[in-house]
Amino acid sequence: MELTGKSVFGGIAIGNLSLYRKNDNVVKRVKVDDPEHEINRFEEAKETAKQQLGQLYDKAMKEVGEANAAVFEVHQMMLDDLDYIESVQNMIRSQGINAEFAVATTGDNFSEMFAAMDDDYMRARAADVKDISNRVVSVLQGGEDGGFDSDEPVIIIADDLAPSETVQLDKSKVLSFVTRGGSTNSHTAILARTMNIPALIGVDFDDEINGKFAIVDGFAGKLIVEPDADVLAVYQKKQNEEREKQRLLLELKGKENVTLDGTKINLYANIGGVGDVADVLKNDAGGIGLFRSEFLYLESNDYPTEEDQFKAYRTVAENMAGKKVIIRTLDIGADKQVDYFQMEKEENPALGYRAIRICLDRVEVFKTQLRAIYRASYYGKISIMYPMIISVDEVHRIKEIVAEVKKELDDQGVPYGEVETGIMVETPAAVLMSEELAKEVDFFSIGTNDLTQYTLACDRQNAKLDGINDPHHPAVLRAIEMTIKNGHKGGAWVGICGELGADTTLTETFLRMGVDELSVSPSRILAVRDKIRSIDLSK
Amino acid sequence: MKEFNYVITDPEGIHARPAGLFVKAAAAFPCNVTIGKDGKDVDAKRILGVMSLGVKQGMEVTIKCDGDQEDEAAAELEKFLKENL
Repeated sequence: MELTGKSVFGGIAIGNLSLYRKNDNVVKRVKVDDPEHEINRFEEAKETAKQQLGQLYDKAMKEVGEANAAVFEVHQMMLDDLDYIESVQNMIRSQGINAEFAVATTGDNFSEMFAAMDDDYMRARAADVKDISNRVVSVLQGGEDGGFDSDEPVIIIADDLAPSETVQLDKSKVLSFVTRGGSTNSHTAILARTMNIPALIGVDFDDEINGKFAIVDGFAGKLIVEPDADVLAVYQKKQNEEREKQRLLLELKGKENVTLDGTKINLYANIGGVGDVADVLKNDAGGIGLFRSEFLYLESNDYPTEEDQFKAYRTVAENMAGKKVIIRTLDIGADKQVDYFQMEKEENPALGYRAIRICLDRVEVFKTQLRAIYRASYYGKISIMYPMIISVDEVHRIKEIVAEVKKELDDQGVPYGEVETGIMVETPAAVLMSEELAKEVDFFSIGTNDLTQYTLACDRQNAKLDGINDPHHPAVLRAIEMTIKNGHKGGAWVGICGELGADTTLTETFLRMGVDELSVSPSRILAVRDKIRSIDLSK
Repeated sequence: MKEFNYVITDPEGIHARPAGLFVKAAAAFPCNVTIGKDGKDVDAKRILGVMSLGVKQGMEVTIKCDGDQEDEAAAELEKFLKENL
């Protein structure tokens, strides 16, 4: 059975469901002979309730911090509120009824007042007024507190949890919260975020699920009751990955990419759009080693304008705040086709009209992109790299075009920054010419996916060739090594931005080859950093 | 009677915590203190009433102090609002 709700905190929890038993006191309306006696009982119960709140405040201070504890101070003040007290007293005196009923009714009335307000935050306070009233009623009835029974950690299911209830919970026994009501501002939601555990609100569950085994998927907002073995296996794997990620985040954020013997390298991220920058920063990448600019062309029905491109590049440069952003110029053709480029069908697209070959042929398209990149370079630290290079002559032609673009910008008085120039090394020709090419550019970035396909003469789109298309083939590794050595000889730094850069079984090999930078998908940054920090090159 | 207006700058408005502190500050004076929004005045010494105004950022409230020590109360509450809300 699968139920959906709104997630207030991500994560995966797997365990038994346990229904939270409310101290839902049944309050009867009873006529009394001595209203003053009831008023005294109310006063005493109110004082006891305030003392309890004081203790909860202290407990919450220790467990969840001052910001979350403050609510109990406010609760104490609510109990001292004259409107509240007068309402209870009036009801007891005018109707000659018991204190319990007067308190419960007063609580309901104030709670309804807050529930009717047009403000999410204030609506959530309805639960607070109910909570203090329940507390006083509980004291009056000499009743026990609500709770749940379990010796092992469980997924708590409840209507909603009041702040006093969440604080009283034994946190070591809670895997997740799932509530029917509640809001993203509710205490349950706040507590879940503080405790770093998944939580769902607005889940319409049946009490019958109590005690059953279940999964909470805080990413997709799902509660899966009695999952089958396959689903469970998938989630167990996901949970382990999540734990590993959390561990890496905690341990490795802010740490250097340095080996045990002190060799440092740069660890950058690959992105395919502006939206990926948040992940880059969250995972603590030192820069962007590959910004694929294709998305601008693929998501559009016509050539993207200079202004559209400029905005995207500038946003990324500014968000990276001075960290390096390497933009790769248009790399379409082969497996990436765009209708409005109106390209002819080819027999061998991977060996055909693609990437820099298009740019050097349709110079106006290329110039539009270069202008956008240079303009954006004024707002951050931008580098450019060119894909599919096979010769020094191509680099010379690119430089001529760049010179024209810069002159136009100068003539128009448009500012731009210092831009490093690099090339992708992804063809055997570029590897063989790497010593000469290195003298022309500031850096190389090795694209291992295409380098593998071209070195092994093996179509990467052909599933039948999966066994042969092996990026660990010694020929590929030798090509990488040669590129690094020749790059350094010619004065260029050398990085790897293909899939292989994130392959931690090769990290040590690359470091021994002398690689200067690895650029990997944002989610792999910390795993690779973890690997780098475990390697000792002196051994 | 002393009276002054104040525009709330706190992004969360007068939510529970500062409402509590404000009520405490008002209760320290013997005079009557009210806080009002759009012509609706409530007793500033009662937290539920103050919260029920639902005052948000950018809204103007009017504080009235009437009775013993009204000058001191007005000065102190104005200072409190500027510092906290």
